[in-house]
Amino acid sequence: MHEWALAEGVVAAVSRIAEEQGLKRVTEVTVRIGELQQVDREILIFAIDQLRPPIMRDAKIIVEEAPAKLRCRVCGHSWRFDPKGLEEEVSEAIHFVPEVAHAYLRCPSCGSPDFEVVEGRGIWLASVKGLRGDG
Amino acid sequence: MADPRLEVIDRRLSTIDHIIAVCSGKGGVGKSVVASTLSLLLARRGLEVGLLDLDFTCPATHLILGVGDATPEEERGIVPPSFHGVEYMSLIYYTGERPTPLRGEDVTNAIIEILSVTRWGRLSHLVVDMPPGLGDATLDLMRLIPRMEFLIVTTPSRIAFQTVRRLIELLREADRVILGVLENMVLEPSGRIRGEVEAMGLKYLGSIPFDPKLEEALGDAEALLQTDFAASLNAAVSSLLPD
Ligand SMILES: Nc1ncnc2c1ncn2[C@@H]1O[C@H](COP(=O)(O)OP(=O)(O)OP(=O)(O)O)[C@@H](O)[C@H]1O
Ligand SMILES: [Mg+2]
Ligand SMILES: [Zn+2]
Repeated sequence: MHEWALAEGVVAAVSRIAEEQGLKRVTEVTVRIGELQQVDREILIFAIDQLRPPIMRDAKIIVEEAPAKLRCRVCGHSWRFDPKGLEEEVSEAIHFVPEVAHAYLRCPSCGSPDFEVVEGRGIWLASVKGLRGDG
Repeated sequence: MADPRLEVIDRRLSTIDHIIAVCSGKGGVGKSVVASTLSLLLARRGLEVGLLDLDFTCPATHLILGVGDATPEEERGIVPPSFHGVEYMSLIYYTGERPTPLRGEDVTNAIIEILSVTRWGRLSHLVVDMPPGLGDATLDLMRLIPRMEFLIVTTPSRIAFQTVRRLIELLREADRVILGVLENMVLEPSGRIRGEVEAMGLKYLGSIPFDPKLEEALGDAEALLQTDFAASLNAAVSSLLPD
């Protein structure tokens, strides 16, 4: 499960940030996941739950989904990535390494593979909230 | 706020003793055949070895080794399959032979993704086949894996060696470990490159003659190990290995 690798990164990042900011307890973690990578939200939350260190014990995990927006560098056309209709193998490949989208997707307007992912690529830690010291 | 992938790269690589990047300032000097054959030679010595192809837009090591149909397993990440005793990871599992054009930021993202999700076994050596030049992959590896050891490939050409000089200077400025310089595709032996390398205070690893039989051995790991190319490479890199 790829989500486990991502969850491990989230937990490690939260732990580091909590330490840097002197948080005694993390109360809320917001993770943004981009549509392009098609991360399974349930598995991600389950994995984070399993990997939670004591400092995150009661933290609320918020997972926000960001639409994947692509823009063609040749003709300027913008469009939204839609995993529906992709063959399973293709969508799985993009799930593992989103950049391989450049092997499969083409600009719907001019056919170019030279597009950029403007938004919604992968996974991002958006915020970590917590209590300091004896607070 | 934070990219969670960056947090786990060190952990993923913590099972590996040595990470060796096979690189050059110049294209076409033999990095991929050296990286592939080196991984086979190490495996033949009984070491646990991995090979990672980071030349995403023009991968070649799968063609050189003749990797089979096996694909990585999903197990809390990606577990690379082994071919000829070498744990092997490449983007080709996900792209096949389709053209996959990538710009700088995509290259960086794909490198980070691969490094953060691949679960290598306990390895003594991970060999990394690099794209040519001083671009994204080189800079990313210098940034992400400071303990990376660089094995530099050149040919006898002055032009090739001049590009290698630039690479060496870049690596030195950043205090990176340079294992040495390998001179490949030698037609007429001369001490010129050895002299230049040693004058820079670096190790000249050896010279590999141009081997007209190499081409027909590509794609067949056993045949590759039988070539004069492999014999010369084996002699050249012996000094880098335990006993
Ligand atoms: N010593 C040699 N004798 C004969 N042929 C060689 C030798 N070394 C490399 N070659 C051949 O030269 C070609 C280029 O080699 P290779 O692809 O390994 O170079 P590279 O540095 O990885 O190139 P790139 O920069 O494109 O990644 C291949 O066809 C390879 O088989
Ligand atoms: Mg190559
Ligand atoms: Zn277009």
